[in-house]
Amino acid sequence: MTRQSVRIGNGCGFLGDNLDAPILLAKDGRLDYLTLDYLAELTMSILALQKQRSSSAAIALGMPQTGFAKDFLDVLERLTPILREQPSLKIVTNAGGVNPAGCAEAAKVILYGAGLENRTIRTVTGDDLMPILDHLISQGHALANMETGEPLSSVRERVVSANAYLGAKPIADALKLGASIVITGRVADASLTVGPAAHEFGWAWDDWYRLSSGTVAGHLIECGAQVTGGLWCNWQEAPDLANVGYPIVEIEPSGLFRVTKPPNTGGRVNRETVAEQLLYEVGDPAAYLTPDVSADFTSVSLTEKETDVVEVSAARGRPATDSYKVSIAYRDGFTASGTLVVFGADANIKALKCGEIILDRVKRAGWNLEHTNIERLGAGDCMPGVAPALDIPKEWLTGITEHGVYSRAHLHEVVLRVSVRDSRKAATERFTKEFAPLVTSGPPGITGYTTGRPQVREVFAYWPALINKKLISPQVQIH
Amino acid sequence: MKITTTSLASIAHARSGDKGNHANIAILAYTDAGFRWMQEHLTAEVVQRYFASLNPSRVVRYEAANVRGFNFVLYDVLAGGASRSLRVDTQGKTLGLALLHMEIQPGPDWKFMWGRKRRRTDE
Repeated sequence: MTRQSVRIGNGCGFLGDNLDAPILLAKDGRLDYLTLDYLAELTMSILALQKQRSSSAAIALGMPQTGFAKDFLDVLERLTPILREQPSLKIVTNAGGVNPAGCAEAAKVILYGAGLENRTIRTVTGDDLMPILDHLISQGHALANMETGEPLSSVRERVVSANAYLGAKPIADALKLGASIVITGRVADASLTVGPAAHEFGWAWDDWYRLSSGTVAGHLIECGAQVTGGLWCNWQEAPDLANVGYPIVEIEPSGLFRVTKPPNTGGRVNRETVAEQLLYEVGDPAAYLTPDVSADFTSVSLTEKETDVVEVSAARGRPATDSYKVSIAYRDGFTASGTLVVFGADANIKALKCGEIILDRVKRAGWNLEHTNIERLGAGDCMPGVAPALDIPKEWLTGITEHGVYSRAHLHEVVLRVSVRDSRKAATERFTKEFAPLVTSGPPGITGYTTGRPQVREVFAYWPALINKKLISPQVQIH
Repeated sequence: MKITTTSLASIAHARSGDKGNHANIAILAYTDAGFRWMQEHLTAEVVQRYFASLNPSRVVRYEAANVRGFNFVLYDVLAGGASRSLRVDTQGKTLGLALLHMEIQPGPDWKFMWGRKRRRTDE
């Protein structure tokens, strides 16, 4: 018999999210499924580089493999007592990154160590296009940039990761085969929720309305606390955000579902928090495209059933497209960004001058930086031209002694932030060395230099493309 | 007492985020009256003009009447987007709040549009 409803909770919205949230959610959420989403658009490129750098020699020496979200292993370790108490609780996560098999092997060690060897782990792979990238290009698949139309061949040698967003079906397949833990590489975020729901209720893969409902549910919880009080414009009305509860959707076979959170947690689930998240990072809300469906977010109605419970009516949807979206990252130079605190009545003028001095010194050292930006945070530069600039009357700037117009009321500070991006690592490194000298060789009132030289980071640019679904074959493997 | 100018925040709430080098701002009216006012007055052109200094190449407005909302997509507005942008707000997190501070003149129907933020600026 089909169950009445399935409860799916999402305990992680991105790599770096709260480490306690999944534990609290699994403990008190009465969950059937715990989902954990670790992959933002560019996370794959970071994981790909990690994997590249960990040599086979290191692996032979028994050093841990890389290329997946290691946070998941910490979470799994802490979840083992709960998994023992709740034998039917399943986990679905994209923690696999660019190395789902490595992640699964490490997870298996944890399960065995905790006496949970009866739980099976299955991976979903086939998203990684790196092994077939050149073949695809040579076969005439341009993987053209969706924004610019440029073919991928123009940046091919700089590509570090290329992954198709797989859908819910391989996840449902893995669950059908009895997996307790499903570890995927790149899948559409909402598919982490659609997979379990489709599996439980036996939804057909052309049941566009139900797949659309599952997609709305998945979209609402994929960013964790953003639907339970985080980012909410009326956040002052959300009690105890420090103990914010992570979200749960209770989905019925029809696709109707309720959004809620565990009891005795902070935050809020109401029409406003759900409506804000419904449209978060969405283009056309009537056609939200995933590998599973084209979901119509404008077709659902939201009803507050009780405190912290919002019912979302079943959604409408249209057939999925015949292509997968592909997320490609390529090396695009180096970047660094440093800050100093500038104090005084003329802080914003002085900060601009300081920024110019830094860039001028880099130039005199022989580096004409390709991209630079000077911001004065606190003076309106977070959104230049929209927020008002800090206004300093001209007469204040003529000097303390001349007119004596300075008073305590004129004292303020801004944070000077200077950022650069350049194809040459050495140029970016030179820039990071010009902050400290300014403390002694610039105007007075410069402070806040305690964190050392800014770090040079490699830039990974994002290249969105499409690929025909027929060219990709998702695989489910047991570990 | 004649109500003249208020901010969008008195009739709507919002959330913004990024899509590569593009940003979206979802703006949601507290009331049906507020939604109708936005339908007429908060056009893509108005939003493009408001954010002109950030140089959006174009702005598209989508309607989501089920949540009394509009979703604005601001193209090429993030100076390169998450990895490349040199701005502190690389992901458009602040755009929603900025739009809520837009000054509006909703006319005599304003009393039907209030959310909980009743910041009256009566004359």
